[in-house]
Amino acid sequence: MATKMDDEEKQKLYDEFVKGIWRENPVFIQVLGLCPSLAVTNSLMNGIAMGAAVLFVLVCSSFLISLLRNVIPKPVRISIYIVVIATFVTAVDFTLAAVAPDLHKSLGAFIALIVVNCLILGRAEAFAGRHGVKESVADAIGMSIGFTLALCLIGGIREALGNGTLLGYSLFGPNFEPWVIMILPPGGFLTLGAYLFLFAYFKERSEEKKQRQADAARNLTEGRRAA
Amino acid sequence: MEATREPSAQRLILSLSISGLVAGIVLVGVYDVTYPAIQKNRAEAVKKAVFKIYGEHTKGFEVFLLGSDHKTLQAFDMSGGALPEGSTVFGAVDSSGQLMGYAVPAEGAGFQDTIKILYGYDPTQKRIVGMEVLESKETPGLGDKIGSDAKFRANFTALSVEPAIQLVKGKKSGANEVDAISGATISSDAVVKILNRSLDQWRPILAAEAAKKSGAKER
Repeated sequence: MATKMDDEEKQKLYDEFVKGIWRENPVFIQVLGLCPSLAVTNSLMNGIAMGAAVLFVLVCSSFLISLLRNVIPKPVRISIYIVVIATFVTAVDFTLAAVAPDLHKSLGAFIALIVVNCLILGRAEAFAGRHGVKESVADAIGMSIGFTLALCLIGGIREALGNGTLLGYSLFGPNFEPWVIMILPPGGFLTLGAYLFLFAYFKERSEEKKQRQADAARNLTEGRRAA
Repeated sequence: MEATREPSAQRLILSLSISGLVAGIVLVGVYDVTYPAIQKNRAEAVKKAVFKIYGEHTKGFEVFLLGSDHKTLQAFDMSGGALPEGSTVFGAVDSSGQLMGYAVPAEGAGFQDTIKILYGYDPTQKRIVGMEVLESKETPGLGDKIGSDAKFRANFTALSVEPAIQLVKGKKSGANEVDAISGATISSDAVVKILNRSLDQWRPILAAEAAKKSGAKER
Protein backbone atom coordinates (compact mmCIF):
# COMPACT_ATOMS: atom_id res chain seq x y z
CA MET A 1 0.00 0.00 0.00
CA ALA A 2 2.73 2.39 1.03
CA THR A 3 4.82 1.62 -2.03
CA LYS A 4 1.84 2.21 -4.27
CA MET A 5 1.37 5.62 -2.71
CA ASP A 6 5.05 6.35 -3.24
CA ASP A 7 4.81 5.32 -6.87
CA GLU A 8 1.80 7.51 -7.41
CA GLU A 9 3.53 10.43 -5.80
CA LYS A 10 6.64 9.89 -7.87
CA GLN A 11 4.54 9.70 -11.02
CA LYS A 12 2.84 12.96 -10.07
CA LEU A 13 6.16 14.70 -9.39
CA TYR A 14 7.48 13.36 -12.67
CA ASP A 15 4.43 14.73 -14.49
CA GLU A 16 4.90 18.16 -12.93
CA PHE A 17 8.52 18.04 -13.99
CA VAL A 18 8.01 16.91 -17.58
CA LYS A 19 5.07 19.11 -18.50
CA GLY A 20 7.17 22.28 -18.51
CA ILE A 21 9.76 20.95 -20.90
CA TRP A 22 7.55 20.35 -23.91
CA ARG A 23 3.77 20.01 -23.46
CA GLU A 24 3.44 23.27 -21.51
CA ASN A 25 6.66 24.88 -22.63
CA PRO A 26 6.71 28.33 -20.98
CA VAL A 27 7.78 30.22 -24.10
CA PHE A 28 6.27 28.33 -27.03
CA ILE A 29 2.99 27.17 -25.48
CA GLN A 30 2.29 29.45 -22.50
CA VAL A 31 3.97 32.43 -24.21
CA LEU A 32 5.40 33.57 -20.87
CA GLY A 33 8.71 35.33 -20.21
CA LEU A 34 8.89 36.87 -23.65
CA CYS A 35 10.98 39.87 -22.57
CA PRO A 36 14.16 37.84 -22.00
CA SER A 37 13.24 35.41 -24.79
CA LEU A 38 13.36 38.27 -27.26
CA ALA A 39 15.99 40.48 -25.66
CA VAL A 40 18.85 38.17 -24.79
CA THR A 41 18.63 35.45 -27.41
CA ASN A 42 20.96 36.88 -30.01
CA SER A 43 23.50 34.19 -29.26
CA LEU A 44 23.32 30.62 -28.01
CA MET A 45 25.62 31.31 -25.07
CA ASN A 46 23.38 34.12 -23.85
CA GLY A 47 20.41 31.75 -23.96
CA ILE A 48 22.22 29.15 -21.89
CA ALA A 49 23.43 31.70 -19.32
CA MET A 50 20.01 33.29 -18.97
CA GLY A 51 18.42 29.86 -18.63
CA ALA A 52 20.85 28.89 -15.86
CA ALA A 53 20.21 32.10 -13.94
CA VAL A 54 16.43 31.65 -14.29
CA LEU A 55 16.73 28.05 -13.12
CA PHE A 56 18.38 29.15 -9.90
CA VAL A 57 16.00 32.01 -9.16
CA LEU A 58 12.85 30.08 -10.13
CA VAL A 59 13.72 27.02 -8.03
CA CYS A 60 14.69 29.11 -4.98
CA SER A 61 11.66 31.38 -5.13
CA SER A 62 9.24 28.50 -5.84
CA PHE A 63 10.65 26.64 -2.86
CA LEU A 64 10.29 29.59 -0.52
CA ILE A 65 6.88 30.67 -1.79
CA SER A 66 5.35 27.21 -1.60
CA LEU A 67 6.81 26.87 1.90
CA LEU A 68 5.23 30.15 3.01
CA ARG A 69 2.02 29.86 0.98
CA ASN A 70 -0.23 29.46 4.03
CA VAL A 71 1.36 32.38 5.87
CA ILE A 72 1.25 34.93 3.06
CA PRO A 73 -2.07 36.87 3.11
CA LYS A 74 -3.84 36.65 -0.26
CA PRO A 75 -4.36 40.38 -0.98
CA VAL A 76 -0.63 41.23 -0.78
CA ARG A 77 0.76 37.98 -2.18
CA ILE A 78 2.01 39.47 -5.46
CA SER A 79 4.04 42.18 -3.72
CA ILE A 80 5.60 39.58 -1.44
CA TYR A 81 6.40 37.31 -4.38
CA ILE A 82 8.17 40.19 -6.10
CA VAL A 83 10.18 41.00 -2.95
CA VAL A 84 11.23 37.34 -2.67
CA ILE A 85 12.20 37.14 -6.34
CA ALA A 86 14.06 40.46 -6.33
CA THR A 87 16.00 39.44 -3.23
CA PHE A 88 17.18 36.23 -4.85
CA VAL A 89 18.09 38.01 -8.07
CA THR A 90 20.13 40.68 -6.28
CA ALA A 91 21.86 38.06 -4.17
CA VAL A 92 22.78 36.15 -7.33
CA ASP A 93 24.03 39.38 -8.89
CA PHE A 94 26.38 40.18 -5.98
CA THR A 95 27.56 36.61 -5.59
CA LEU A 96 28.41 36.26 -9.27
CA ALA A 97 30.27 39.59 -9.26
CA ALA A 98 32.33 38.40 -6.30
CA VAL A 99 32.94 34.80 -7.29
CA ALA A 100 32.92 34.75 -11.09
CA PRO A 101 33.58 38.29 -12.39
CA ASP A 102 34.08 37.14 -15.98
CA LEU A 103 30.73 35.36 -16.12
CA HIS A 104 29.12 38.34 -14.42
CA LYS A 105 30.58 40.64 -17.04
CA SER A 106 29.29 38.54 -19.92
CA LEU A 107 25.81 38.30 -18.39
CA GLY A 108 25.82 42.08 -18.02
CA ALA A 109 22.30 43.44 -18.01
CA PHE A 110 20.47 40.10 -17.99
CA ILE A 111 20.59 39.36 -14.32
CA ALA A 112 18.54 42.38 -13.31
CA LEU A 113 16.06 41.45 -16.05
CA ILE A 114 15.13 38.25 -14.25
CA VAL A 115 13.15 40.23 -11.64
CA VAL A 116 10.63 41.26 -14.27
CA ASN A 117 10.52 37.86 -15.95
CA CYS A 118 6.82 37.06 -15.82
CA LEU A 119 7.61 33.36 -16.05
CA ILE A 120 8.86 33.42 -12.47
CA LEU A 121 5.99 35.50 -11.12
CA GLY A 122 3.58 33.43 -13.23
CA ARG A 123 4.77 30.14 -11.78
CA ALA A 124 4.78 31.60 -8.27
CA GLU A 125 1.17 32.74 -8.66
CA ALA A 126 -0.19 29.83 -10.68
CA PHE A 127 1.67 26.97 -9.09
CA ALA A 128 3.98 27.50 -6.10
CA GLY A 129 1.35 29.52 -4.22
CA ARG A 130 -1.12 26.63 -4.46
CA HIS A 131 0.97 23.47 -4.26
CA GLY A 132 3.33 21.71 -1.88
CA VAL A 133 7.07 22.21 -1.77
CA LYS A 134 8.02 19.05 -3.68
CA GLU A 135 5.61 19.60 -6.55
CA SER A 136 6.59 23.27 -6.79
CA VAL A 137 10.29 22.51 -7.03
CA ALA A 138 9.63 19.80 -9.63
CA ASP A 139 7.47 22.24 -11.59
CA ALA A 140 10.13 24.96 -11.29
CA ILE A 141 12.94 22.72 -12.56
CA GLY A 142 10.83 21.48 -15.46
CA MET A 143 9.71 24.97 -16.41
CA SER A 144 13.22 26.40 -16.31
CA ILE A 145 14.58 23.55 -18.43
CA GLY A 146 11.79 24.21 -20.92
CA PHE A 147 12.59 27.91 -20.82
CA THR A 148 16.31 27.27 -21.35
CA LEU A 149 15.53 24.93 -24.22
CA ALA A 150 13.35 27.58 -25.87
CA LEU A 151 16.02 30.30 -25.42
CA CYS A 152 18.64 27.97 -26.91
CA LEU A 153 16.41 27.15 -29.90
CA ILE A 154 15.82 30.85 -30.58
CA GLY A 155 19.39 31.90 -29.76
CA GLY A 156 20.94 29.16 -31.88
CA ILE A 157 19.01 30.18 -35.00
CA ARG A 158 19.66 33.89 -34.47
CA GLU A 159 23.37 33.48 -33.82
CA ALA A 160 23.82 31.10 -36.76
CA LEU A 161 22.04 33.35 -39.27
CA GLY A 162 22.88 36.73 -37.79
CA ASN A 163 26.53 36.21 -36.99
CA GLY A 164 27.48 33.03 -38.88
CA THR A 165 28.66 31.39 -35.66
CA LEU A 166 27.46 28.98 -33.02
CA LEU A 167 28.90 29.36 -29.51
CA GLY A 168 31.54 31.56 -31.14
CA TYR A 169 32.67 28.94 -33.68
CA SER A 170 32.36 29.96 -37.30
CA LEU A 171 29.74 27.89 -39.13
CA PHE A 172 29.72 28.91 -42.77
CA GLY A 173 33.24 30.11 -43.40
CA PRO A 174 34.49 33.63 -44.05
CA ASN A 175 32.41 34.23 -47.19
CA PHE A 176 29.11 34.13 -45.32
CA GLU A 177 27.45 37.52 -45.14
CA PRO A 178 25.60 37.56 -41.81
CA TRP A 179 21.95 38.61 -41.72
CA VAL A 180 22.47 41.39 -39.23
CA ILE A 181 18.71 41.74 -38.80
CA MET A 182 18.57 38.38 -37.03
CA ILE A 183 20.70 39.77 -34.18
CA LEU A 184 18.72 42.99 -34.07
CA PRO A 185 15.38 43.04 -32.22
CA PRO A 186 13.25 42.27 -35.32
CA GLY A 187 15.13 38.99 -35.72
CA GLY A 188 13.90 37.96 -32.28
CA PHE A 189 10.29 38.56 -33.27
CA LEU A 190 10.73 36.76 -36.61
CA THR A 191 12.32 33.70 -35.01
CA LEU A 192 9.85 33.54 -32.14
CA GLY A 193 6.96 33.98 -34.56
CA ALA A 194 8.20 31.11 -36.70
CA TYR A 195 8.52 28.84 -33.67
CA LEU A 196 5.07 29.80 -32.36
CA PHE A 197 3.64 29.01 -35.78
CA LEU A 198 5.33 25.60 -35.82
CA PHE A 199 4.21 24.72 -32.31
CA ALA A 200 0.64 25.85 -32.95
CA TYR A 201 0.56 23.89 -36.20
CA PHE A 202 1.72 20.64 -34.60
CA LYS A 203 -0.57 21.13 -31.64
CA GLU A 204 -3.57 21.64 -33.89
CA ARG A 205 -2.66 18.68 -36.03
CA SER A 206 -2.33 16.33 -33.09
CA GLU A 207 -5.64 17.60 -31.74
CA GLU A 208 -7.31 17.05 -35.09
CA LYS A 209 -5.88 13.58 -35.24
CA LYS A 210 -7.19 12.79 -31.76
CA GLN A 211 -10.57 14.20 -32.71
CA ARG A 212 -10.69 12.11 -35.85
CA GLN A 213 -9.78 8.97 -33.93
CA ALA A 214 -12.47 9.72 -31.40
CA ASP A 215 -14.99 10.33 -34.17
CA ALA A 216 -14.04 7.13 -35.92
CA ALA A 217 -14.38 5.15 -32.71
CA ARG A 218 -17.78 6.66 -32.02
CA ASN A 219 -18.94 6.07 -35.56
CA LEU A 220 -17.87 2.46 -35.33
CA THR A 221 -19.85 1.84 -32.17
CA GLU A 222 -22.90 3.80 -33.23
CA GLY A 223 -22.78 2.52 -36.79
CA ARG A 224 -23.05 5.97 -38.32
CA ARG A 225 -21.56 7.26 -41.57
CA ALA A 226 -17.72 7.49 -41.46
CA ALA A 227 -16.22 10.96 -41.32
CA MET B 1 -12.97 24.99 0.75
CA GLU B 2 -13.42 27.02 3.89
CA ALA B 3 -14.91 30.47 3.75
CA THR B 4 -12.10 32.97 3.19
CA ARG B 5 -12.30 35.97 5.42
CA GLU B 6 -10.53 39.17 4.45
CA PRO B 7 -7.35 39.42 6.48
CA SER B 8 -7.15 42.56 8.61
CA ALA B 9 -5.22 45.60 7.43
CA GLN B 10 -2.77 45.21 10.29
CA ARG B 11 -1.95 41.71 9.13
CA LEU B 12 -1.29 42.93 5.57
CA ILE B 13 0.94 45.74 6.75
CA LEU B 14 2.75 43.45 9.15
CA SER B 15 3.46 40.75 6.56
CA LEU B 16 4.63 43.26 3.96
CA SER B 17 6.91 44.95 6.50
CA ILE B 18 8.35 41.65 7.67
CA SER B 19 9.06 40.49 4.13
CA GLY B 20 10.68 43.83 3.29
CA LEU B 21 12.73 43.76 6.48
CA VAL B 22 13.93 40.20 5.94
CA ALA B 23 14.79 40.95 2.30
CA GLY B 24 16.71 44.05 3.38
CA ILE B 25 18.68 42.20 6.04
CA VAL B 26 19.51 39.38 3.64
CA LEU B 27 20.69 41.83 0.98
CA VAL B 28 22.81 43.86 3.41
CA GLY B 29 24.38 40.60 4.56
CA VAL B 30 25.12 39.44 1.01
CA TYR B 31 26.48 42.88 0.09
CA ASP B 32 28.74 42.95 3.14
CA VAL B 33 30.13 39.51 2.43
CA THR B 34 30.70 40.08 -1.29
CA TYR B 35 31.86 43.73 -1.25
CA PRO B 36 35.59 43.16 -0.57
CA ALA B 37 35.75 40.45 -3.22
CA ILE B 38 33.96 42.67 -5.76
CA GLN B 39 36.37 45.56 -5.05
CA LYS B 40 39.34 43.24 -5.43
CA ASN B 41 37.95 41.91 -8.71
CA ARG B 42 37.56 45.47 -9.99
CA ALA B 43 41.17 46.32 -9.16
CA GLU B 44 42.24 43.03 -10.76
CA ALA B 45 40.28 43.85 -13.93
CA VAL B 46 41.97 47.26 -14.18
CA LYS B 47 45.37 45.64 -13.71
CA LYS B 48 44.66 43.08 -16.42
CA ALA B 49 43.47 45.82 -18.77
CA VAL B 50 46.65 47.88 -18.23
CA PHE B 51 48.79 44.86 -19.05
CA LYS B 52 46.65 44.08 -22.10
CA ILE B 53 47.02 47.61 -23.47
CA TYR B 54 50.78 47.84 -23.02
CA GLY B 55 51.59 44.26 -23.96
CA GLU B 56 54.25 41.83 -22.84
CA HIS B 57 56.93 44.41 -22.01
CA THR B 58 54.88 45.73 -19.11
CA LYS B 59 56.57 45.11 -15.82
CA GLY B 60 54.12 46.81 -13.54
CA PHE B 61 52.24 50.02 -13.09
CA GLU B 62 52.16 52.98 -10.80
CA VAL B 63 48.96 54.52 -9.53
CA PHE B 64 48.57 58.28 -9.59
CA LEU B 65 45.88 60.30 -7.89
CA LEU B 66 44.88 63.68 -9.25
CA GLY B 67 45.88 66.31 -6.70
CA SER B 68 43.46 68.72 -5.11
CA ASP B 69 44.71 71.49 -7.47
CA HIS B 70 43.37 69.38 -10.41
CA LYS B 71 46.67 69.90 -12.19
CA THR B 72 49.34 67.63 -10.78
CA LEU B 73 49.54 63.92 -10.10
CA GLN B 74 50.46 62.30 -6.82
CA ALA B 75 51.73 58.74 -6.45
CA PHE B 76 49.42 56.39 -4.58
CA ASP B 77 50.40 53.25 -2.70
CA MET B 78 48.25 50.36 -4.00
CA SER B 79 49.49 47.71 -1.55
CA GLY B 80 46.06 47.67 0.12
CA GLY B 81 44.64 45.93 -2.95
CA ALA B 82 41.68 48.24 -3.55
CA LEU B 83 41.67 51.23 -5.88
CA PRO B 84 41.62 54.71 -4.35
CA GLU B 85 38.59 56.97 -4.45
CA GLY B 86 38.78 59.93 -6.80
CA SER B 87 40.36 60.48 -10.21
CA THR B 88 43.18 58.05 -10.88
CA VAL B 89 45.50 57.26 -13.76
CA PHE B 90 47.92 54.40 -14.11
CA GLY B 91 51.46 54.70 -15.43
CA ALA B 92 52.62 51.56 -17.22
CA VAL B 93 56.28 50.81 -16.57
CA ASP B 94 58.55 48.51 -18.59
CA SER B 95 61.30 46.26 -17.21
CA SER B 96 63.89 49.06 -17.13
CA GLY B 97 61.59 51.22 -15.04
CA GLN B 98 60.84 53.50 -17.98
CA LEU B 99 57.33 54.97 -18.18
CA MET B 100 55.70 53.68 -21.39
CA GLY B 101 52.53 55.69 -21.15
CA TYR B 102 49.45 56.23 -19.09
CA ALA B 103 46.29 54.17 -18.74
CA VAL B 104 43.32 56.39 -18.00
CA PRO B 105 39.94 55.19 -16.74
CA ALA B 106 36.97 57.03 -18.21
CA GLU B 107 33.24 56.61 -18.19
CA GLY B 108 30.13 58.01 -19.78
CA ALA B 109 26.60 57.25 -20.92
CA GLY B 110 26.24 54.28 -23.26
CA PHE B 111 23.17 52.90 -25.00
CA GLN B 112 21.72 51.37 -21.83
CA ASP B 113 23.95 52.17 -18.90
CA THR B 114 27.28 53.77 -18.03
CA ILE B 115 30.21 52.43 -20.03
CA LYS B 116 33.49 52.28 -18.13
CA ILE B 117 36.63 52.03 -20.22
CA LEU B 118 40.38 52.22 -19.73
CA TYR B 119 42.50 53.66 -22.51
CA GLY B 120 46.22 53.85 -23.00
CA TYR B 121 47.53 57.33 -23.80
CA ASP B 122 51.02 58.30 -24.86
CA PRO B 123 51.42 62.04 -24.10
CA THR B 124 54.66 62.46 -26.09
CA GLN B 125 53.18 61.14 -29.35
CA LYS B 126 49.69 62.41 -28.52
CA ARG B 127 48.21 59.06 -29.40
CA ILE B 128 45.82 56.56 -27.89
CA VAL B 129 47.57 53.22 -27.84
CA GLY B 130 44.79 50.90 -26.73
CA MET B 131 41.28 50.69 -25.27
CA GLU B 132 39.69 48.15 -22.95
CA VAL B 133 36.07 48.06 -21.80
CA LEU B 134 35.93 47.56 -18.04
CA GLU B 135 32.18 47.56 -17.51
CA SER B 136 29.26 47.92 -19.87
CA LYS B 137 25.67 46.82 -20.14
CA GLU B 138 25.42 47.36 -23.88
CA THR B 139 23.11 45.10 -25.89
CA PRO B 140 24.65 41.64 -25.90
CA GLY B 141 25.70 40.62 -29.40
CA LEU B 142 25.62 44.20 -30.71
CA GLY B 143 26.76 47.03 -28.47
CA ASP B 144 28.97 44.81 -26.38
CA LYS B 145 31.16 44.35 -29.44
CA ILE B 146 32.91 47.58 -28.42
CA GLY B 147 34.86 45.34 -26.06
CA SER B 148 35.23 42.22 -28.19
CA ASP B 149 35.23 43.13 -31.88
CA ALA B 150 38.81 42.86 -33.14
CA LYS B 151 38.23 45.25 -36.06
CA PHE B 152 36.80 47.93 -33.79
CA ARG B 153 39.53 47.52 -31.22
CA ALA B 154 42.17 47.88 -33.89
CA ASN B 155 40.96 51.49 -34.27
CA PHE B 156 42.56 52.32 -30.94
CA THR B 157 46.04 50.86 -31.32
CA ALA B 158 47.47 54.09 -32.77
CA LEU B 159 44.75 56.70 -32.71
CA SER B 160 45.74 60.31 -33.08
CA VAL B 161 43.90 62.64 -30.72
CA GLU B 162 44.69 65.80 -32.63
CA PRO B 163 42.25 67.04 -33.92
CA ALA B 164 39.52 65.45 -31.78
CA ILE B 165 38.58 61.83 -32.50
CA GLN B 166 35.86 61.40 -35.15
CA LEU B 167 33.44 58.52 -35.67
CA VAL B 168 33.04 57.44 -39.31
CA LYS B 169 30.98 54.71 -40.94
CA GLY B 170 32.49 52.32 -43.44
CA LYS B 171 35.91 53.68 -44.20
CA LYS B 172 38.54 55.03 -41.88
CA SER B 173 40.88 57.42 -43.66
CA GLY B 174 42.35 59.86 -41.11
CA ALA B 175 44.60 58.93 -38.18
CA ASN B 176 42.03 60.44 -35.82
CA GLU B 177 39.07 58.45 -37.17
CA VAL B 178 37.28 55.50 -35.62
CA ASP B 179 35.24 53.14 -37.78
CA ALA B 180 31.85 52.43 -36.15
CA ILE B 181 30.57 48.87 -35.65
CA SER B 182 27.62 48.25 -37.99
CA GLY B 183 24.49 47.80 -35.90
CA ALA B 184 26.13 49.41 -32.87
CA THR B 185 26.64 53.00 -33.95
CA ILE B 186 25.32 54.40 -30.68
CA SER B 187 27.71 52.35 -28.57
CA SER B 188 30.64 53.18 -30.88
CA ASP B 189 29.72 56.84 -30.70
CA ALA B 190 29.52 56.63 -26.91
CA VAL B 191 33.09 55.32 -26.74
CA VAL B 192 34.36 58.15 -28.94
CA LYS B 193 32.52 60.75 -26.86
CA ILE B 194 33.87 59.30 -23.63
CA LEU B 195 37.39 59.41 -25.04
CA ASN B 196 37.11 62.99 -26.27
CA ARG B 197 35.64 64.24 -23.02
CA SER B 198 38.21 62.43 -20.90
CA LEU B 199 41.05 63.63 -23.12
CA ASP B 200 39.94 67.24 -22.72
CA GLN B 201 40.47 66.83 -19.01
CA TRP B 202 43.61 64.71 -18.94
CA ARG B 203 45.66 65.81 -21.95
CA PRO B 204 47.12 69.00 -20.40
CA ILE B 205 47.78 67.25 -17.09
CA LEU B 206 49.50 64.24 -18.63
CA ALA B 207 51.47 66.38 -21.09
CA ALA B 208 52.77 68.50 -18.21
CA GLU B 209 53.70 65.38 -16.25
CA ALA B 210 55.52 63.86 -19.22
CA ALA B 211 57.40 67.12 -19.85
CA LYS B 212 58.41 67.24 -16.19
CA LYS B 213 59.75 63.67 -16.37
CA SER B 214 61.76 64.11 -19.59
CA GLY B 215 63.04 67.46 -18.31
CA ALA B 216 64.26 65.82 -15.11
CA LYS B 217 66.09 63.17 -17.11
CA GLU B 218 67.85 65.60 -19.42
CA ARG B 219 69.15 67.64 -16.53
